[in-house]
Order: sequence, then C-alpha cells, then structure tokens
Amino acid sequence: MKRFMTAGLAATALSLPTLAAAQEAVSLDQKVNDVFASSTGWFVNLIFAPLPFEINGAAFPWIVLWLVVAASIFTVYFGFIQIKAFGHAISLVKGDYSDPNDAGEVSHFQALTTALSGTVGLGNIAGVAVAVGIGGPGATFWMILAGLLGMASKFTECTLGVKYRNEYPDGTVSGGPMYYMTKGFKERGLPGGRFLAIVFAIFTIGGALGGGNMFQANQAHAQITNIVGDFSGLITGVIFAAVVFAVIVGGIKSIASVTEKVVPFMGITYVLAALVILIMNADQIGWAFGQIFAGAFTGLGVAGGFVGALIQGFKRAAFSNEAGVGSAAIAHSAVKTKEPVTEGVVSLLEPFIDTVVICTMTALVITISGVLVMDPATGNFVLNEAGTAIKTIDGSSGVSLTSAAFASGFSWFPYVLAVAVILFAFSTMISWSYYGLKAWTYLFGEGKTTELIFKLIFCFFIIIGAAAQLGAVIDFSDAMIFAMAVVNITALYCLMPIVKREMNSYFGRLDTGEIVKHKH
Amino acid sequence: MSNTTIVVGLDGSEAGARALAFAKERAKLIGNCTIAIVYVIEWSPFSFQTPEENEERHKRREEELQMAHERVLDPAVDATKAEGFEVIGVLQHGDAADILDATAKKHNASQIVVGRVGARGLKERVFGGVTGRLAASASVPLTIIP
Repeated sequence: MKRFMTAGLAATALSLPTLAAAQEAVSLDQKVNDVFASSTGWFVNLIFAPLPFEINGAAFPWIVLWLVVAASIFTVYFGFIQIKAFGHAISLVKGDYSDPNDAGEVSHFQALTTALSGTVGLGNIAGVAVAVGIGGPGATFWMILAGLLGMASKFTECTLGVKYRNEYPDGTVSGGPMYYMTKGFKERGLPGGRFLAIVFAIFTIGGALGGGNMFQANQAHAQITNIVGDFSGLITGVIFAAVVFAVIVGGIKSIASVTEKVVPFMGITYVLAALVILIMNADQIGWAFGQIFAGAFTGLGVAGGFVGALIQGFKRAAFSNEAGVGSAAIAHSAVKTKEPVTEGVVSLLEPFIDTVVICTMTALVITISGVLVMDPATGNFVLNEAGTAIKTIDGSSGVSLTSAAFASGFSWFPYVLAVAVILFAFSTMISWSYYGLKAWTYLFGEGKTTELIFKLIFCFFIIIGAAAQLGAVIDFSDAMIFAMAVVNITALYCLMPIVKREMNSYFGRLDTGEIVKHKH
Repeated sequence: MSNTTIVVGLDGSEAGARALAFAKERAKLIGNCTIAIVYVIEWSPFSFQTPEENEERHKRREEELQMAHERVLDPAVDATKAEGFEVIGVLQHGDAADILDATAKKHNASQIVVGRVGARGLKERVFGGVTGRLAASASVPLTIIP
C-alpha cells in the first residue's frame, strides 16, 4: 500500500519527484517510468524551472509567478471584479436575471456546478494536505489569496469562452480557449491564434490524461488501500476504466448523471464534517488562524521559510481551482445567455467555493487536528528526516494525512472520505474526458471513429494511473496542466480589452436599468 | 375578448383528460370563456448535469418541446377548438405548480383545474405533488378532479 501512497505523494508534491521510484525493483512499471522520465523530464523541468535567483533560500518556480502575476493583473485591470460583482454573481446563479422563456436551457447554476464538479476533488483533499504538509499552515494564507486573485482569471476566460463559443446548426454548443484563440485573435487582427489553439489543445489532451485521469485514479486507489489494505491497483484501475468506458463509450448517461447528483452532496458533507470538527474545537480556531498568519510570514520552521509556504499555497490553489488553466472556459460555455459577461461573473464563484471555502476547511482541520508535529519549546514545526516536509504523527501525507486529520474528529470518517474520493475522482475524470475530447476533436475533427480512439486511450490511462507507480508520468501530466495555463494566459492578455469592453457595456446597462431582474 | 379564463393542467394522463373535460363543462356554463391548456415539462434550473448534457441541452429542449406539442398539447388544443371553445395552449419547462399559477395570473383566470394523481414517489410523499403544492399556493380557486 505504501508503494502507491508514495507514488501518490510524489505525484502531488511536485517538488518530490519519483522518490518512490528509486526504491522499486526494475519491473515493467519501472521501465515505463524510466522511458517516460527520460523522454519527458526536460519538459517537466522547463515548466517547473526555478527563477534564476533564490528568495530566502528557496527556489521559486517561474510558473507559479506566472499564474499569480496574471491573476493580479486581471484583478486590477477589471477593477476588483471579484469583489464588485460577487453579489451579482449570486443573483445570477439564483436565476433572478434568467428569461423565463429560456426555461429548459442550461442555467447559470447548472453551468457553474458542472464546472465545479470538474475542479472540486482531490486537489481540495489531497493537494491541500500536501501544501500544508510541506508549507505548514501558512500555506493556507497564500492559498486563499491565490484563490481570491484567481477569481479574476476565471472571469476573464469564462467570459471569452461564452463569447466565442461555436453554436452548431443542430443546436449543440462547443466552447473553450481553442475557439477564443482563433476567433478572438482574428477579430483583434492578431497573428498566431490558430497556432496557440493547437498548442493549447495538445496540452489539454496531456492534462486530461494526466491530472484529470491518472492522478485521480492513483489517489483513489491510494485511499481505497488505506482502508481495505493493500491490493493490486490493476483491479481498481480496471473497475474504474470499465465504469468510465460504460459512460463515455457505452453512452450509459445514467451513471454520469447519478454521480453528478451525488458529488455535490459529498462536497456538502465534506464541508459540514469539517465544520463540525471545527466547532468541536472552537477554542482552537483563533489559534489556528494565528498559525496561518504567523506561518504565512515566518514559515514557522518549514522548509524554505515563508517563501516555501507561499510557493506551496499558490501552487496548490492553482492546481485545485484551475484558474487561468482554461479548462473552465470549456465547461462554462454551454450556458444559455445573451451576455457572455454573466457567465464570467458566475464563474468567479468557482475559485471562491473551491479554494477559499473548501480548501480552507481542509487546511483548518489539518492544522487543528494536531497531525503535524510541533516542537512545543520553539513553537516551530518539526521536519521529517529528509527535511522536505513537516513530520506527521503517523508519517502519512497527501490524501491519507487529510484522512488522519478528519479521523481525529470522527473515527469513521476515513470511510466517508474514501467514498467521497472515489466519487470526486470519477466526476473529475468524466469532466476531463470531456475537456480532452473537445481538444482532440479540435485537432482531429469530429467523427465517431476519432472520438472513439480518444475515449479508448482515456480508459486505458485510467488503468495505468491506478496500477502503476508512475511519478514521472504524473509529474509530466501536472506539467501539462500548467503548460495549458502558459498558453491560455498568453491568449487572455491579448484578449482582455475585449472582456473589458463587454464588462463595461454590461454593467453600464445594468446601472441604467436596461437589464432588469425577471423575478418579481 | 372573453369574460374569463379557466386554466387546465394537462399531463398526458387520464386525470388530465378528466380535468379538461370538467373545464369544458364549466366554460360552457359560463359562456364566452377561454380555456388555457397548460402542459409543463418538469425541469429545474438547479439540477446537476454533466458537461455533455449541457452541450446537448438546447437540442434536447427543442426535441422535448416538439414532442410535447405533437403528442399532448396540440391534439388537446385542436380537439377543444373543434368543439367551439376559445383556447390558449401553453407549453413550458419548469415547475408545474408555479407555471399553472403564473398562467392563471397572467390571463386573469377565475380558476385552475387539475386532475388528481396519486402520490407517486417518495419525494412527492414528502414534499407533496403538484396538486398538493398548488392547493397550498394557488392565487385563484383551484378545482381538483379525482
């Protein structure tokens, strides 16, 4: 079991590549791993390359800076849209501005929850544990900040996603960065739109097979073995693949729609359980926030000091809410609205719910539960033997650290968490199979056969993800997701004046009363 | 312009047909009365859907509307018209109780007529069916046909 846990950790802690791999005998997995690592390592290194200078003794990956700078620029450029339009976003989701004649079309609520079910998942459970495990409670502060800033990135990409979506004669819609890159660039008379779109589509396929698939299968298997004991990941992989196959190839929609209905309740259950644990330890909440603030600026003894906390917080926030990655632009684009800005506004709730609410819950529970070992004399955290992460009471990390933290409140919670993890993993896979397919058909054209090829590849990778210990493969897929952000944010910079024009026009008409509530 | 309007809820079932029959009777007695035949496709903007369902939603909606017109609403409207009544047909997605009441308000109707359908599932037992909710919230007199 530990083998897979280690693989899972290595996958999540991007800074700890393939530690586990070294311990394994040369097996088939190992060979796959080696070949993959040697052929793709350069790409991973490129994406996660540190900036040429060290801050406080810690290397700062440029990609983290890239995401945060972009989110900050969008925040300022759109005049703190995440604060300004927050209330309006809730009105839109409630349907106050929906035309009753559009009843039966995709509502703002549906577009938002569909996108959320693609992002709420293991990032919130396993990813946060990694962030707090390495960066200490202080990482939470930076994670929340990154989540708040990321709301502006989401606003930008989702507004564009709706504005430049394709509406086909048969009534179906298709949207996403590929379309705003080509159409938007053309409209602004900029070159290279088509090129960016192709590169983005390639990375999206990589991200779908990796972070949206193998990472999910791997961590789901880790949580299952955590409870029932060690067994072959092949079994988990084949079962998962069979169910996903039934949905995406067999067209058994009922499985997917049942998951879509259950997942939100798992999310609510998760948050409620966290709240109950927090209420039971209400006297420590003040202390926990103290730890978060102190850790954010001093690091409280974690590797890399406060910069270490900052990097972990920013990185996990980006990984969890995918702001700037471009995936949400695909998910949100099916909404029925005449105003693209409305969906942009609604989408800014996504990083808020995902990161500011759910991730913070996980971080608070881990902090309060006392699973992180602290030196009572200094008030600093004790590092593990390798000095890479904070020592935990049972040596666990990733999803099992979260599990241990929740178990301190409810001993039975790991079982609930296992179910939640499986469902989250499954719904994330379904969402990403869709994103991947959109990218695939963008490149290779639509058609039964080409679509089937992608779906089969997707199912095959589930088995690999669950069965093999593929730190390098997963590192690569994580790199792919961040690579999507490189291309997507480049496009967002080029197209943000269009979003601003739309935004000013929309809010102007809202102010003058030209756009009114439909509800009485 | 008729004196008044009676709103009838149709659901493709026997009970709906009985409601329409009752409404016709009333309309005949009142004289110069419009019958608004309402068919609602149950749908909520607050359900959870997959990306694929969202992508195809517009198309499905058109199909649902077309099917409801062809199979339920249009035959009922045509048959009622043929009997010499003034008829409005309403077809919408949403919550049946809400839409029946909203239609009644919109046309200044004097009453709503619906057929009683036995509680079908757990949800209806707990939260009440369309008739139950309508009875609790209708803004005009309501007749429930057994």
